[in-house]
Amino acid sequence: MGRYVVQRLGQMVPVVIGTTFLIYALVWALPGDPFAGKCGDRPCPENYVQRMTAAYNLDDPLPVQYVKYMGSLLTGDFGQTFTGASVADELLSRYPTTLKLTLLAIAVEVVVGIAAGVLAGIRRGGFLDNLVLVSTLVLVSVPVFVTGLLAQATFGVRLGWFPVTFDGTFFSLVLPAVVLGSLSLAFVARLTRANLVENLRADYVRTAIAKGLPRQRVVGVHTLRNSLIPVVTFVGADLGGLLGGAVVVEGIFNIPGVGDMIFRGINAHEGGTVTAAVTVLVLVFLIVNLLVDLLYAVLDPRIRHA
Amino acid sequence: MHDRRRSRRRGRRGGGHAASAPRSLAGDAWQDLRSSPLFVISAVIIVVLIAMAVVPGLFTSRDPQDCDLALSRQAPSAGAWFGYDLQGCDLYTRTVYGARASILVGVLTTVGVAVVGSVVGMLAGYHGGRLDAVLSRVTDMFFAVPMLLGAIIVLATFPSTVDTPAWQTIGKVVLALGLLGWTTVARLMRSTVIQVKQADFVNAARGLGAGSRRILLRHVVPNAMAPVIVYATIVLGVFVVLEATLSFLGIGLQAPVISWGIAISEARTYVRQSPHMLLFPSVFLSATVLAFIMLGDAVRDAFDPKLR
Repeated sequence: MGRYVVQRLGQMVPVVIGTTFLIYALVWALPGDPFAGKCGDRPCPENYVQRMTAAYNLDDPLPVQYVKYMGSLLTGDFGQTFTGASVADELLSRYPTTLKLTLLAIAVEVVVGIAAGVLAGIRRGGFLDNLVLVSTLVLVSVPVFVTGLLAQATFGVRLGWFPVTFDGTFFSLVLPAVVLGSLSLAFVARLTRANLVENLRADYVRTAIAKGLPRQRVVGVHTLRNSLIPVVTFVGADLGGLLGGAVVVEGIFNIPGVGDMIFRGINAHEGGTVTAAVTVLVLVFLIVNLLVDLLYAVLDPRIRHA
Repeated sequence: MHDRRRSRRRGRRGGGHAASAPRSLAGDAWQDLRSSPLFVISAVIIVVLIAMAVVPGLFTSRDPQDCDLALSRQAPSAGAWFGYDLQGCDLYTRTVYGARASILVGVLTTVGVAVVGSVVGMLAGYHGGRLDAVLSRVTDMFFAVPMLLGAIIVLATFPSTVDTPAWQTIGKVVLALGLLGWTTVARLMRSTVIQVKQADFVNAARGLGAGSRRILLRHVVPNAMAPVIVYATIVLGVFVVLEATLSFLGIGLQAPVISWGIAISEARTYVRQSPHMLLFPSVFLSATVLAFIMLGDAVRDAFDPKLR
């Protein structure tokens, strides 16, 4: 276990360094004017250029710039918005909302997705199976921003079942979370179904049925558990997609989270704010993926003893 | 359901065609595809979309730039089936012309990603050793950045304005998506090449004195292409969605370029009063994505040797 953790950390560190370097190089060091598009529709004012040149050490050679930048990231300094406010403060006040939204979306996708997948999988070729296959196909092909606008117009404005925009209550996060989770929900349902169908053919399932175990126990305990391992992998890897989707969903439903900060930054053409906030999301994604990997070691004895 | 159909066909193949020459994997796949309804439906949609992208004039006689503000947001009528958008342009014409940007971004990005990813994967898989280690770590780095977030970073750094020529605006979106999109192809290619290069026919070719170049191009590549083709078909739809999402956010394609994403973003404010502005571009966009996903499913079924 300990050896596995060390090994994983060892593999992860170069990737994190490389990835952050990639982002940093993209934002500040590519040929051309690093200040193009960072200050709205006008060219950047002289004092902003000076402040940023100093803040990002743009006069130093690239590797030095990057090391200094990583130093400030590690000490919690994520740069400044165009107006000079600290990005870190802004992020701190916004991340709890995004966290709630994302967790709720994951809950929706896992609960509904697995339920749909199981219902489809236990009667393969039946009505429910076809219904789930067709509806997941539709969910996958409608982009999140279309689902969001449609859901907002239908359930929020027309039917009035949900608040149209975020009003600070948990309830107003439900519709956005369903929208955000809908794409992954379809994948979870399909994965669960495919694995369940596959595992239901396994020998140990036949044994369990032959022993006379009730069907509920055969499916629920013997088969489902094994079928869920790829689903867990998917949910972990999908977080990147959810964080990207959060930019769209928070923009549509006016939820004051990190995604909304990026959405507004884009509309105001404030590249500096956008890139700083996105960098933080990417870092969160990397760290969560590392944690998910470590979690496997806890869940799967084969890895633990390797 | 699938398996039943398949085994019936396998039976037929085993009996009827036993005497004829064995078909190649691609020929076999083509036979499978032609009889799959999923493939036929998606292929028809895609052919129509490509026709729309290449010669939009076939589908509409109006000019997409010919707009009359007095008609702004008028509902669909006999004269204008899809109604009018905010600028008073005929929405049907705008939607037809919008196919070009989506298809162009989808196809260019997919081709770019397939070529770059294949070359990297091939070099890493075939040569192995230190080159493989370096290339694989570089692939990991790019793989770790979620695609939409990464594309936002790139496009926020290189913003397009109204004055940017259309090809540049489209090129930026293609580059932004391609920059992070090639990694899966590289990984796929690397693992298949590693498998193929140990095959007997590769050893035989080497024994007969074939050089690296000939082995790679004549033996390894043709046999390693199938997974890449399958992935490319599916990911084309993903790129179309990402382009529309970026355009919706206001950071992808920009005004002079006609795009479904921009149209939907414009419709945002008027969903209640003019739902047609949201509906029609969304339907076209979703149908495009659906067609490529179905095509990808069909192609995967046809190419997947495990199902045979």
